[in-house]
Amino acid sequence: MTAVEPKPIAPGRIDAPVMSASAPPGVRRRRERTWLLAGLAFLVGAVIVGASIGPAGPPGWRVPLALLDHLPLISIDSGVSAADWNIVWKIRMPRVVLGGLVGAMLSVAGASYQGVFRNPLVDPYLLGAAAGAGLGATLILTTGRDVTAGWPVDPVQLVAFGFALGTVAITYSVGASFGAKRNGATLVLAGVAVVSFATALQTFLLQRNLDVVREVFQWILGRLSGATWSDVVTVAPYVSVSVVVLMLHRRHLDVFRVGDDEAATLGLSVQRTRLVIVAAATLGTAAVVSVSGLIGFVGLVVPHVVRLMAGASYRLLIPLSLLFGGGFLILADVAGRQLMSPAETPIGVVTAVIGAPFFIYLLRTRRVI
Amino acid sequence: MSAVVLDRIEVRYGNELALAPYSEHIESGEWVGLIGPNGAGKSSLLKAIAGLVRATGSVIVGEVVLDGRDPRSRARQVAYVAQEPLIPDDMNVFDYVLLGRTPHIGYFGSESAHDRDVVRDVIDRLRLGGFADRMLGSMSGGERQRAVLARALAQEAPVLVLDEPTSALDIGHQQQALELVTELREHQAITVISAMHDLTLAGTYADRLVLLDQGDVVASGSAVEVLTAERLGEVFHVCVTVDVDPSDGAVIVVPRRGFPV
Repeated sequence: MTAVEPKPIAPGRIDAPVMSASAPPGVRRRRERTWLLAGLAFLVGAVIVGASIGPAGPPGWRVPLALLDHLPLISIDSGVSAADWNIVWKIRMPRVVLGGLVGAMLSVAGASYQGVFRNPLVDPYLLGAAAGAGLGATLILTTGRDVTAGWPVDPVQLVAFGFALGTVAITYSVGASFGAKRNGATLVLAGVAVVSFATALQTFLLQRNLDVVREVFQWILGRLSGATWSDVVTVAPYVSVSVVVLMLHRRHLDVFRVGDDEAATLGLSVQRTRLVIVAAATLGTAAVVSVSGLIGFVGLVVPHVVRLMAGASYRLLIPLSLLFGGGFLILADVAGRQLMSPAETPIGVVTAVIGAPFFIYLLRTRRVI
Repeated sequence: MSAVVLDRIEVRYGNELALAPYSEHIESGEWVGLIGPNGAGKSSLLKAIAGLVRATGSVIVGEVVLDGRDPRSRARQVAYVAQEPLIPDDMNVFDYVLLGRTPHIGYFGSESAHDRDVVRDVIDRLRLGGFADRMLGSMSGGERQRAVLARALAQEAPVLVLDEPTSALDIGHQQQALELVTELREHQAITVISAMHDLTLAGTYADRLVLLDQGDVVASGSAVEVLTAERLGEVFHVCVTVDVDPSDGAVIVVPRRGFPV
């Protein structure tokens, strides 16, 4: 037998370069600022484009001047008549602002859900917000609109909102009862079950009321047409609260990236923090879904596109998803208005048609996800 | 006074006993190595100390009783390195190590200049300076392990709990990582509690070994006292010879062919 002489244990030297830690905070902050400015420019550009394009109203190039003219302390002769300004302000702008709010909300909620469940395939509808809203809306639409015609509040929005929140609450309770305390996967599976159940109920209702299928489908496909300032005022408070809470949890979302156990040993109250983030994301999602229907793809893809462009840190990902998501949906809506004008292409179709190829292009060029 | 007092720690998963009541006093700067076969209760004990599993009994670090404490104040006392840490490939080293500052940052707060200084200092000490901007996914196993250790050290906790810290590393990187822990505890009086599979390495680096089997402590003491061929044969169901290097007293466990008697 050959005995191998054991080598003496080497002293504790590690043959790695000894350098001062790089990543100076100045460079990092400059980079973050550049991206935030780019996102802001994209959103402002989208607002201007959205306000400038439409079948009637003033020439497009005059609209930015008119918008400037209406800012405080600025006076410009834009050449836009009062009637044309009414078209811009009362018809186009509510739609643009609502589109911005919906896109921003869905993107921020999508990014947050992806973070909190550490799952790149997650969208804001994961735990049943969309399925619940769809079921609620279907319930009202199938009970006969004539019954609710005189009501001061549109019950479709109200019930959709309530059902969206209720469905997510059921999912959370079911997931928690299966021991989802430290395991987001159980919650995701509970979501799959609850969404299937809600969708089955909705299908059953539809099958019994074929006369409203078209109306329900129009609602499901999502739309921004006919948006009013009242819609904006309805969703803005929920979106604001939701976005503020999620922005405040950006750092926590980064901690979630190391897994629930390690996050807990780093001092994060995993269960409580996840609940707060999910609740905030759900509140905003339910509000925008109840007003604009189920606009798909935005919440899934915008965070990924931002990740591929600017990196995966949630500190930057959340605000950039807000800016790029808002701008993206405004532009998608413009495309939906123009593609088959005067008919409108459903915005959910547009978001997929524009977003999917761009996403594939990014995946091919960057080769990371 | 002991740096860490474990007072009748017991872990059960449902009705199954994973760790029978276990008490221990560990001195400041001491390295206690837990050894034992799979399912012996090593990881359960470490997770109980880190607050990851429900356990009865008390963990006291210095004068701080950890039972019932929220994760944040617990994380200021105990830093934990998992057996297979989940390392986000698309996170850079600086941001990853910065996560270690989580227990020192307020709930809605953001890191201070001091937090960044601590992170830079730890990165330099672990010779990761050239890697601060590198994505974790592009680094080798040994470099990633150093990043994980750096994250744990950034917590500035007096107790470092390591669950199989070198199981994914080759022998060279195993030795480097363990030397690093030795250096750190010598310089900073960090108390180390680790589970280790390699008995020779455990005996070489830990001040004291605790041999666990089926949730019970079988032996506790120095490597020479704990690592005997008979005892290892009984507990691990393995055939080994145990040699002691006369030059430095290091205990060397060598597996042999054949079934244990």
